[in-house]
Amino acid sequence: MTFAAAAGGGLLLGFKVPARGDEVPSFSIGGNAIEGLQPGVFAPNAFVQIDRAGIVTLVMPKVEMGQGVYTSIPMLIAEELEVSLSNVTLEHAPPNEKLFFDPLVGPLGGQLTGGSTSIRYAWEPMRRAGATARVLLVTAAAQRWNVDPASCYAEQGEILHRSSDRRASYGQLADAAAKLPVPKAVTLKMPEQFKLIGRPVKRLDSQSKVDGAAQFGLDVRVPGMVYAVIVNSPVFGGTVASVDGTAAMKVPGVRQIVRAASAVAVVGDHTWAAKLGAAALVVKWNEGDGANVSMQDIVTDLAKAAERDGALARQDGDDAKAFESSRTRVDAVYQQPFLAHATMEPVNCTVHMRPDRCEIWLGTQVPAHVVDAVQRVTGFAREKIVVHNQLLGGGFGRRLETDMVELVVKVGKQVGAPVKVVWTREEDIQHDIYRPYYYDKISAGLDANGKPVAWQHRIAGSSVMARFAPSVFKDGVDPDAVEVASDLPYDLPNQRVEYVRVEPRHVPTGFWRGVGSTRGTFVVESFIDELATQTKTDPVAYRRALLGKSPRALNVLDTATKAAGWGAPRPIGQGRGVSVMHAFGSFFSIVADVEVDNGEVTVKRVVCAVDCGMVVNPNTIEAQMQGGVIFGITAALYGEITIRDGRVEQSNFTDYRMLRIDQAPPVDVHIVKSAEAPGGIGEGGTAAVAAAVTNAIFAATGKRLRRLPVGDQVKDADEA
Amino acid sequence: MVVRLNINDATHTVDAPGDMPLLWVLRDLIGLTGTKFGCGIAQCGACTVHLDGAAVRSCVLPIAAVGDKRVTTIEGIGTTPAGRKIQRAWCDLDVVQCGYCQSGQVMAAAALIASNPNPSEDDINAAMTGNICRCGTYNRIRVAIKRAAGEV
Repeated sequence: MTFAAAAGGGLLLGFKVPARGDEVPSFSIGGNAIEGLQPGVFAPNAFVQIDRAGIVTLVMPKVEMGQGVYTSIPMLIAEELEVSLSNVTLEHAPPNEKLFFDPLVGPLGGQLTGGSTSIRYAWEPMRRAGATARVLLVTAAAQRWNVDPASCYAEQGEILHRSSDRRASYGQLADAAAKLPVPKAVTLKMPEQFKLIGRPVKRLDSQSKVDGAAQFGLDVRVPGMVYAVIVNSPVFGGTVASVDGTAAMKVPGVRQIVRAASAVAVVGDHTWAAKLGAAALVVKWNEGDGANVSMQDIVTDLAKAAERDGALARQDGDDAKAFESSRTRVDAVYQQPFLAHATMEPVNCTVHMRPDRCEIWLGTQVPAHVVDAVQRVTGFAREKIVVHNQLLGGGFGRRLETDMVELVVKVGKQVGAPVKVVWTREEDIQHDIYRPYYYDKISAGLDANGKPVAWQHRIAGSSVMARFAPSVFKDGVDPDAVEVASDLPYDLPNQRVEYVRVEPRHVPTGFWRGVGSTRGTFVVESFIDELATQTKTDPVAYRRALLGKSPRALNVLDTATKAAGWGAPRPIGQGRGVSVMHAFGSFFSIVADVEVDNGEVTVKRVVCAVDCGMVVNPNTIEAQMQGGVIFGITAALYGEITIRDGRVEQSNFTDYRMLRIDQAPPVDVHIVKSAEAPGGIGEGGTAAVAAAVTNAIFAATGKRLRRLPVGDQVKDADEA
Repeated sequence: MVVRLNINDATHTVDAPGDMPLLWVLRDLIGLTGTKFGCGIAQCGACTVHLDGAAVRSCVLPIAAVGDKRVTTIEGIGTTPAGRKIQRAWCDLDVVQCGYCQSGQVMAAAALIASNPNPSEDDINAAMTGNICRCGTYNRIRVAIKRAAGEV
């Protein structure tokens, strides 16, 4: 099949990656799919389009932010459509919450990439989309040849007739197939028939990401575009009082200074001029009440709230009575800090405002929410708002938000040209929407055998859901905040899990990779370790005894600990810790080895076992576990955003530290064979690793860390 | 000031302030957007390019300091033997995830194996520690460098 110009109209920023030899897929990302059919294009559903030239275009209902869905979703479609992955064009889906509705995130809008839902959502509908197109092409061929459709089959972009030499390419059949009624039901392959699913298929986007061709939001170039750098109110909730732009306007290349309520933008001929101009601005701010807020206030609020009864998230048995009859009681308080996302691609957005319409370019996890945000500011009808989604230079939850869209639209309305608005790294870190600070009180009552017969867990912290998806916040419980904690794999006959909503005054809070599972797993898996210590039991043996009702959790625990050589003595100064987690429809176990030298903690090795059900692409699973673990170690060791006088104290990678290659451990990933439905994989490593690390630190030093990040806590303990 | 730059074996003439970092000249004036902005203070390596074959951070390199030196960016690195091998190893081993930092990673790795065909673990650490990958692709970066080096 030859590869003609990219399909579809309106490919404003599309590009094609030329073929580079057989080993590299020559697929391309063709820009944004346009709603409505083009003449001569066979499009039986929202995901598959085949034109008369035989060009196969797949519209991606989920966005690519590193997690590999621009490979695994095409695999699912191609498995049934019978086309080669090296000859497909991918398009970003346009905003449309009906066509691209994912029921797993339905209350959050439906067209959203997050929560490790992509493959869980895509597994059936994408195969069905491919199969439907194939059935129609087979029918079209059978009619053309006047033969039984059952005597025809699809292979590599062609329909073939078994008993004759006849064959027709998909392009030749596209017109006829487009006229046929779409079948309501199609038969999908059985797993043993899979040719692609389950194989280690190489990423389709690699070549473009190693030769500079891949286009992220920040790379967008629109004719006539100018550049702007944003200066946000240093205090959350503050507004602009006055702006003296005299010095800024003298910077060569600076054109304009634009005010929005909470920010000022300096517009210039290039980013450098805008950046210098921003530095030269003299802005007076109405800082407001936020200026009085510091960490101590926020933590005090949380500690007080944790003393109150919370909304009930789970009740099994009678925990109060069980505590009375238990032999030993163990209590602990855990705290986890605010975190910034720090995507490598800083927040940015390009907008072209015209009097009656808006065109916008950015990488977003929520294309339809971008339309909502533009509407909120402009009142434009939805059809007057065009969103050009891009590859995301990291998402991690930051690009679930549209704060940048509203601000940039306000700026763009005052600029008579398309304008690319950039957050410097400092603005990106200081004006994020942060993973909330959480404060957990947890208690267990142990029987004579050391088993936790009573369990109470009270979580105090911000509710992201109450802001993001209010319909999900019911009866005072945020299902995200209590995730994992309210659905543990352990046998806990008498348990009570409560949630107390406390908003951190002016600090905005949002989703962060691993969401509730990240916060819940650190607490629960640390506390289970404490109980093992209390009962002088090996941490793995202690967990195993509680996992009788969860064979999949037990299996990953056994797999990880066996692979890691659990039980072997560790050298002085080293320790080994474990965690188990059931989240995102998958089961995870992580073993971490740490070395503590003069209070400096280094993670030396990580072994993971994962049961994520049926595997689509084992390559991706390994990559997501490795990357997720390293993301989680960064947070566990270093991650902390602090507030002083209403301002974020960190500003760049100098003081918001990232794990670098010389500190990154080897991460071994063991995938457990499973016939269960696919589970999520993008966040599990991040969520499960922190407790394994702090449990390992305890094993190495005897120091139990109940507050993240690790930071200098081990060093301080040595000195104390 | 008017500056002549040799970028990927082509001459570009730009009119820009002498203190303007090469990063913004490449991205905003010339349109070579493969070189990325990450931090602006030489802390993350996303903006790495080569100056006469050596890896430098273009976000803090004023164009006045470039002079006659040859600039190679991610768009041109595939024409060098080391760059081609690194790119191939990156694709073979599926290194990339979001990909935003990978231009810088590839440039740093290509400079390493061009000057050191048999890098040790410490050599890899020293050459690559300035390049942050938020997706955490370090394990595969390490393997890919060794594979590419084995072919140089």
